[in-house]
Amino acid sequence: MIVEDAICSFCGCLCDDINVEVEENKVKRVRHACRLGSSKIMGHERIRRPMVRKDGELKEVSYQQAYEQAAKILLAASKPLLYGWASTVCEAQKKGILLAEEVGGVLDSTATVCHGPSVIGIEEKGLPGATLGQVKNRADTIVFWGCNPAEAHPRHSLRYSSNACGRFTPEGRSAKKIIVVDVRETRTSKNADKLVIIQPGTDYEVISALRMLVAGKGDMVPEEVGGVAKSELASLSEMLLAAKFGAVFFGLGITHSRGRYKNIDNALSLVTDLNSHTKFVIMPMRGHYNVGGIGQALAWSSGYPMSVDFTRQAPYFNPGETAACDLLAKADTDAALIIAADPASNFPRTIVEELAKIPIIQIDPYENPTTLLADVVIPSAIAGVEAEGTAYRMDGLALRMRKLVNSSYPSDEEILDGILESVRSLRCSRSLQGGLKDDN
Amino acid sequence: MISGRTLAQGANCESKMSEDFFKAASSCYLSKEDYDLLGLSDGKNILLKNEFGKTVFSPRVDDGLRRGIVFIPMGPWANILIGPDTGGCGTPQFKGVEIDLEATNSPIQDIRELFGSIKRAEA
Amino acid sequence: MIIRGGIVYDPANGIFGEEMDLCIDGGRIVEDAKGEVIDARGLLVMPGGVDAHTHIAGKKMNTGRIMRPDDARLGTELRSGVCRPSTGYTVPNCYAIGYRYARMGYTTAFEAATPIIEARHTHEELEEIPILDKGALTLFGNNWEVMECVHDKDIAKLAAYVAWGLRAARGYGIKIVNPGGGEAWGFGSNVKGLYDPVPNFDVTPAEIIHALAEANEMLRLPHSIHLHFNNLGKPGNYTTALETLEALEDIKPSRMRQAVHVTHMQFSAYGGTSWRDFESKASIIADYLNKHNHATMDMGQLLFGAATTMTADAPLEYGNARLTHNKWSNHDIELEESSGVVPMVYSRKMLVNAVQWAIGLELALLTEDPWKVLMTTDSPNGSPFVNYPEVITLLMSKPKRDSEMATLHGELSKRTSLGCIERELDWSEIAIMTRAAPARILGLEDKGHLGLGADGDVSIYNLSPHEVDASQEHATVKKALAAAKYTIKSGTVVCKDGKILATPRGKTYWVDAVAAQADMDRLMVDLQDKFERYYSVQMSNYAVQDVYVTNPRVVKAGLGAGPLKEAA
Repeated sequence: MIVEDAICSFCGCLCDDINVEVEENKVKRVRHACRLGSSKIMGHERIRRPMVRKDGELKEVSYQQAYEQAAKILLAASKPLLYGWASTVCEAQKKGILLAEEVGGVLDSTATVCHGPSVIGIEEKGLPGATLGQVKNRADTIVFWGCNPAEAHPRHSLRYSSNACGRFTPEGRSAKKIIVVDVRETRTSKNADKLVIIQPGTDYEVISALRMLVAGKGDMVPEEVGGVAKSELASLSEMLLAAKFGAVFFGLGITHSRGRYKNIDNALSLVTDLNSHTKFVIMPMRGHYNVGGIGQALAWSSGYPMSVDFTRQAPYFNPGETAACDLLAKADTDAALIIAADPASNFPRTIVEELAKIPIIQIDPYENPTTLLADVVIPSAIAGVEAEGTAYRMDGLALRMRKLVNSSYPSDEEILDGILESVRSLRCSRSLQGGLKDDN
Repeated sequence: MISGRTLAQGANCESKMSEDFFKAASSCYLSKEDYDLLGLSDGKNILLKNEFGKTVFSPRVDDGLRRGIVFIPMGPWANILIGPDTGGCGTPQFKGVEIDLEATNSPIQDIRELFGSIKRAEA
Repeated sequence: MIIRGGIVYDPANGIFGEEMDLCIDGGRIVEDAKGEVIDARGLLVMPGGVDAHTHIAGKKMNTGRIMRPDDARLGTELRSGVCRPSTGYTVPNCYAIGYRYARMGYTTAFEAATPIIEARHTHEELEEIPILDKGALTLFGNNWEVMECVHDKDIAKLAAYVAWGLRAARGYGIKIVNPGGGEAWGFGSNVKGLYDPVPNFDVTPAEIIHALAEANEMLRLPHSIHLHFNNLGKPGNYTTALETLEALEDIKPSRMRQAVHVTHMQFSAYGGTSWRDFESKASIIADYLNKHNHATMDMGQLLFGAATTMTADAPLEYGNARLTHNKWSNHDIELEESSGVVPMVYSRKMLVNAVQWAIGLELALLTEDPWKVLMTTDSPNGSPFVNYPEVITLLMSKPKRDSEMATLHGELSKRTSLGCIERELDWSEIAIMTRAAPARILGLEDKGHLGLGADGDVSIYNLSPHEVDASQEHATVKKALAAAKYTIKSGTVVCKDGKILATPRGKTYWVDAVAAQADMDRLMVDLQDKFERYYSVQMSNYAVQDVYVTNPRVVKAGLGAGPLKEAA
């Protein structure tokens, strides 16, 4: 059987033209996907059974036992952290938000170690954006700033940007100007008309210089900014102003560098400025396929897009205080539920050492370094491959992920339901016994 | 030092316990000049260190890099060198981190060794 | 359930303040019922409120939330009882939307603008809003397929596309926003008027509007076209409003309703040549509506204080951002629309804002027939919907208007006629403008009235309408309207004395219209080409799946839909 138009669950491109050949409930072949996507859809070695750590070793248990152990950990904590959510579907995320409300925890997503600064920049300045199809049909000038889609979003250029053809861009790549701004040459810059190499950590200064040039105040710009000659910046600014429709895509090169959210704030301002002269849009290159979705689901249910603290019975948001890394660094959380993410690999080591000091519940299809630290491990069906649901593309477009094969594993949503049920029944029995103060 | 996604790292990021991920994420890319300057040509590894930690990588030449910049695929090896401060915005500074580097004959820690040394909470 | 002794206003059934009992069974108004007795003796009783134009769900709401953490903090209410936590004032979270409407006695609200391709997101949020029955209008005014059909004068194929689009979006009706301007914005420009051609498409806004109105009637949709004029928000735009209304005089409605509903008229009743000599032209617009019967409107009242402007009129939002130097979000939507979001504060000290405030009221007070004008704030553009009680009391009380005007700019009386208007609306007129008329205008036959078979949606206010003088005691009235004594939704008490007691899941209305197969076949050829060459998604992943509308109420229209039951 061939599943047509399957949606890839790797990156924020959500390519929806994937054909997957399934035989006897196994994925045999993946067509149209990139290396990242086909690797994801083909799958890897799985965690087999739920496990609970006893005497230092993970021992297999039933799902029900794992749910109950997870519930105990969450209820015993005064400020549990529910972290991850980027590689699962909105249906699970919504359940997770409810769980965070009920146990009085902090819900944070992997955005806080990726595009969290972009979110803060958007809070400062708004986001002048567009859907990817708008870029495909109209953009004649495309800037990739601090991102490397050739390795992180391999089909982006063909489907949506540099090499895409559309109504007003019938000639595709040949009629477009592609600009890359980075601290190094990359596979992406090999396809560029112009590469501007800046010194690491100078994004803010370089953007400021461009804003001055765009505003016609070039006389205020010094001869060299961020290691780039003024003449080079002037020619870049001319290319931007010559666009009929320009699009800026930015990545972690700018959110992770010195200045962080201020870099984004400035980039958004540059794009707003450019709109007084021509048409420009800007978009973050979101990494995990549904990191956009957790931002959306959190926003419509709590009002805030990440790092939401529910411990006070009402949502509270203050990144720098309520983000996962800050909570852990300050030892301000006493249990963690980790779902569809691997903070042991992706957080700074010193923060991982703090994480290891608190009880950890992990929900994931695969073993990873977080498993090595976890006290409860609950294997799940792979969302977007074995379970269907909603995901939000990097431009905010919602799509429905298809189920490609059946799975004997429960979905993330079902697992969270199981934990939620255990939390409720544990709470109920404890309040009957009068053993625990219940805040409801 | 900057860290980020590569194709090989990305393709193996859901099989982190694998040899392929080890190969992908424990490499350190540097310019030809720096590579030669450090005398890495004869099969030596490279030790990176700063105030946050130190660890050993397998060095590789990347012609796209300028002198003074190294690139490491994102992952637990690179993160040994990243500090916890988020500057009040929730996100550590994963890129543009100052490091010292030298050639070494020490081996690279595999993923279990890397986490075996972390002290876990006792439930 | 029996509601005893209320003073009932049910204008659709000719009931204007009569003491009577109401019975609800199986979620509907019936002749007789048993069970719970609600004591409403002497109190104001009306059908549940219906909001025919509000922004409550979808991409632009969430964009507003994400860019405004400052706003989220303004509306925090703790999780308690059956309620999940609330946040936000102008851009509340989904739960707050349901609870706050219900608290005011509203039971139905229609989201005003959704591009087809983003309808899945809209439904995700609508599903999350508790209590309310809802629906979403679908944007067609800047759509490539629409403009091509208009260019080819192929109304039959256009109707087929509308039917297809409504089904794909699970949408309720045709929304048109600044037709042609959204497409022009794709390259950073706008259309300047009704007859200014749309770049690259060789059609005019006038042609787009007229053709969509024809298609609307060809499909016999329950609602008329729902129109946001060109040049909205600009001084002197009342001429565009009149021109557009005149251009639609020849449209023959296929049902007993208007041919066009003009939304948030306040933003389109402006005189002057710039903000400097800006003035009201509400009297001219009202005069036109008094003399013609093909159009209805809603106020789009502006109130002083915080708002978040959000609209598919993207060039307007860019202008707002330039004017206020505030943060700006824009979102262009491939082949279909553009849109924007900008936070706003309307100031009492600004003459322009004061004139805008006056225009909304003038429109409602100078239009003689209350069935032609709905009470709205274009929430949250003019003000968030929680301020409806303020608008209603302004309409009911001349002394309240006078005391407000006394605090405003001295020039105001030269720019508007509001100070000279003596009219004070009564409860029958308020019941029409907030219940009966929005239901009739939308074509919701079971809403906005309390006749047998109607939905059991009732609001009861702690107010004796025959005893309280709304003109003098406007503060008492406002307080009563802000927190209903009872809000009853499909026969369940969802709110009592302003406290939410139950959060049942509401219905979602959408229109399933049937077009001629031959036209549909011709349309498919076009659409396959568009998906192959232009869209960034596959056709098979485009339409909203059933799973996103868990409690649908499908309204049939189009060919072979049978004789249509008219709204009350």
